[in-house]
Amino acid sequence: MAPNAAAGADTFPKLLIRNAHLYGARPAMRHKDLGIWQTWTWREVHEVVRAYAVGLHNLGVKRGETIAIVGGNRPKLYWSVMAAQVLGAIPVPVYADAVADELAFVLAHADVRFAAVEDQEQVDKIQSVMNRVPKLEMMFYDEKRGLRDYDHSKLRAMDDVIADGRKALADPAVAAWLDKEIESAKGSDPSIILYTSGTTGTSKGVVLTGEGSINAASDTVAFDKLTETDVALAYLPLAWVGDHYLNYAQGLVSGFCTACPESPDTAMADLREIGPSFYFAPPRTLELLLTRVMIRMEDAGLMKRKLFHYFIDVARRHGEHILNGEHVPLSGRLLYAIGNVLVYGPLKNVLGFSRVRVAYTAGEAVGPDLFSFYRSIGLNLKQLYGQTEAFLYLTAQPDGEIYSDTVGPACPNVDIRISENGEVQFKSPGMFSCYFKDAAKTAEVMTPDGYVKTGDAGFFDEKTGHLKIIDRTKDVGKLNDGTMFPPKYIENKLKFYPNIREAVALGDKHDFVTVMLNIDLTAVGSWAERNNVVYGSYQELAGHPLVYDILEKHVAEVNRSLAADKVMAGAQVKRFLILHKELDPDDGEITRTLKVRRGFIADRYAPLINALYDGSNEADISTEVTFEDGRKGTISARVKIRGMKTEPIPAMGKAA
Amino acid sequence: MRAAGGPDVSVGDVLLSVEDVSLSFGGVRAVSGVSFDIRKGEIRAIIGPNGAGKTSMLNVINGFYHPQKGRITFKGETRSRMRPHDAAYGGIARTFQNVALFRGMTALDNIMAGRTLKMHANFFWQLLRYGPALREEVEHRKRVEEIIDFLKIQEIRRVPVGRLPYGLQKRVELGRALAMEPELLLLDEPMAGMNLEEKEDMSRFVLDVNDHYGTTIALIEHDMGVVMDLSDRVVVLDHGIKIADGTPDEVKRNQAVIDAYLGVAH
Repeated sequence: MAPNAAAGADTFPKLLIRNAHLYGARPAMRHKDLGIWQTWTWREVHEVVRAYAVGLHNLGVKRGETIAIVGGNRPKLYWSVMAAQVLGAIPVPVYADAVADELAFVLAHADVRFAAVEDQEQVDKIQSVMNRVPKLEMMFYDEKRGLRDYDHSKLRAMDDVIADGRKALADPAVAAWLDKEIESAKGSDPSIILYTSGTTGTSKGVVLTGEGSINAASDTVAFDKLTETDVALAYLPLAWVGDHYLNYAQGLVSGFCTACPESPDTAMADLREIGPSFYFAPPRTLELLLTRVMIRMEDAGLMKRKLFHYFIDVARRHGEHILNGEHVPLSGRLLYAIGNVLVYGPLKNVLGFSRVRVAYTAGEAVGPDLFSFYRSIGLNLKQLYGQTEAFLYLTAQPDGEIYSDTVGPACPNVDIRISENGEVQFKSPGMFSCYFKDAAKTAEVMTPDGYVKTGDAGFFDEKTGHLKIIDRTKDVGKLNDGTMFPPKYIENKLKFYPNIREAVALGDKHDFVTVMLNIDLTAVGSWAERNNVVYGSYQELAGHPLVYDILEKHVAEVNRSLAADKVMAGAQVKRFLILHKELDPDDGEITRTLKVRRGFIADRYAPLINALYDGSNEADISTEVTFEDGRKGTISARVKIRGMKTEPIPAMGKAA
Repeated sequence: MRAAGGPDVSVGDVLLSVEDVSLSFGGVRAVSGVSFDIRKGEIRAIIGPNGAGKTSMLNVINGFYHPQKGRITFKGETRSRMRPHDAAYGGIARTFQNVALFRGMTALDNIMAGRTLKMHANFFWQLLRYGPALREEVEHRKRVEEIIDFLKIQEIRRVPVGRLPYGLQKRVELGRALAMEPELLLLDEPMAGMNLEEKEDMSRFVLDVNDHYGTTIALIEHDMGVVMDLSDRVVVLDHGIKIADGTPDEVKRNQAVIDAYLGVAH
């Protein structure tokens, strides 16, 4: 396929028409329904979306208006996005698991008059905050169940909207009008508003244009040679820039098929059934998968366990070199081939990676061991770096130039520079036009010469020319003695241990580094089962002295590896504790995209942090927790604190 | 909340009536002289303190116990005794207080088992998995998939039931009862041993079953909050005797009920 096939189409609706002509009979979308994969071709999607758009128009959706999209990865919600764009309205996807409060904020801020929602749960949630979104007039729902008895003066089934539109579309005048609507749309008009996850405070609405989005997606489609024969599984939140970019935009540009899982809980099984060729997973998902594999191997028979560990070791030695096309001795190649038949192939099959041609990870720094594990078993996993304001991509690793500690060179047509204070700044084709209704914030992140500030500290690696990201600029701190303290760097090292689910490193403006840890209930629970450790709750297991012993070993290993690095040797962990509860987005401790919110945690756990630094051996803490249904309760606990021996700092490090 | 307004419009004629039923095991009188009715489309709760005779009553309704005295009229047909499979053919399905599933079989197979009564292909076709047996299986599987979707248990379709947590087992059991497409669904403590969230989920499913399939439901439940929220009418038993019958609000105010639950000062 020609690299710039999208040329000429500057809005997504125009691309949809092109796809209906070019790839009419090819699958555009799949969805597992009642246990069977249903398929819609590009021609069918085109037809449905047109009908849907006319139906929406008849209900009053107008050009330039916003329409909220709330729910999971379902074809009808993707079509809601398309149908809105056909009319020139601006879709505003919202995280399906957002609590009512967050939902109310976005809906009110975006001035939505209409909302396309998944099911009763979302309808109930929106109705509960109706007084805060006075402009909302009507909701369209996908899943009928439980909604039959609701007052339908402000509620419509999407199926009915589509059916009405289809009837109206039988009139050639209406069809001609719709064609003109699509034709007259400009590429510079807003195409979508994506609200950021709010790692740094309340979320902001990032406005993206159709032309910018399509140009950015065309570049990466060409970069990874994606074609209409590729398949992706859309399982990440619809409201996240990654899903909109990787699946929606790239799908429309390249014509590949987007498969929607049956339900969020079946995504792993669906992945195996679909066998995607393009795959994206945040580091956390990859971590989770690896943890699960390792735990299941612990329970396997002796033969299988030996076989597994032997060949994983072979892969560790040769796998990456083979994938990179470097020189590998014949014996290594032979062993690897045997391992592929016995271990790697079946393992990839179980994970659903058998047909993956290109896989990406991004969002957080990925642990080097984690990264090379997947590459060593033959998964072409690469890193990319970007943000919502850039429409995801800024850098991506080209095939054959993969390093676990870099995020790759700038993408085609992307201009990246490092400012004097070490911040990464960019200009890119997919660059956002502004924050919705927030000129002040927009001005804050733009430089006078038109670059966007990412807020990330980074530098270009001299050897490879690739970008290296250290941490958020404002998070890189200093200990009282002036030693550099990048918290994420330390946390990532800790989080590679399957027993540690989350880590929060502290040390900025303190004398030494301390960490607060979350145990991984699956991994530690399985260990407890095997070792006859009895526990009644998460809290009890987290506070168990034997669990402390295990984590102490992990922290000691991290200290050893920190000590090996001159610059980092001073940032070894001196004291640690295990938190009595899991950090939870419902409590605001981590974002919906599972990033730690440091400021918030510092406030909430102030008694624990004080105890970490005042030398006490335990501390009492009482925190408010929010249950899934929005009710609140309190958890109190006495948390123990352990001191650590640190490795001697190399003489040179001290001098520096 | 349904009981807040007057009579529910969707509730129709009497589907099942119990008249003057008495049941005793040796010298123990489990149920004595109880009469009440269940109307089409309603959610009817049977409540009472421990040992009040609730489960016995349910067992009488679906023919597992044969009362010594009294009559049961189901869909206009009166009989003094009925065998469990007659009840099943007649359109009565139930779940059990202690989950009674095939633990080694998957959730899917367990729910398929609920379709057994609706299968007609003979043994040999089924053995060959061919012809009418195959067509039938596809048709039944479709109905079962609808139930799986309805109960949102897609992710455990292929998981042996014995490996599932209790709350999900209860849901599978409800699925198996629904697979029979019953007219009357008997639920014996559907929320027992569940946490708050599971209870809320289950309550929603009970309401949805009633709403979506139009199934009449009779349920025994200990959780008063659940009973008052879900049911249209409540019958209260104590020591085998009916002490109250009416809407949740009426029952809540009934002095005999308050005494039975809280005890009486002597």
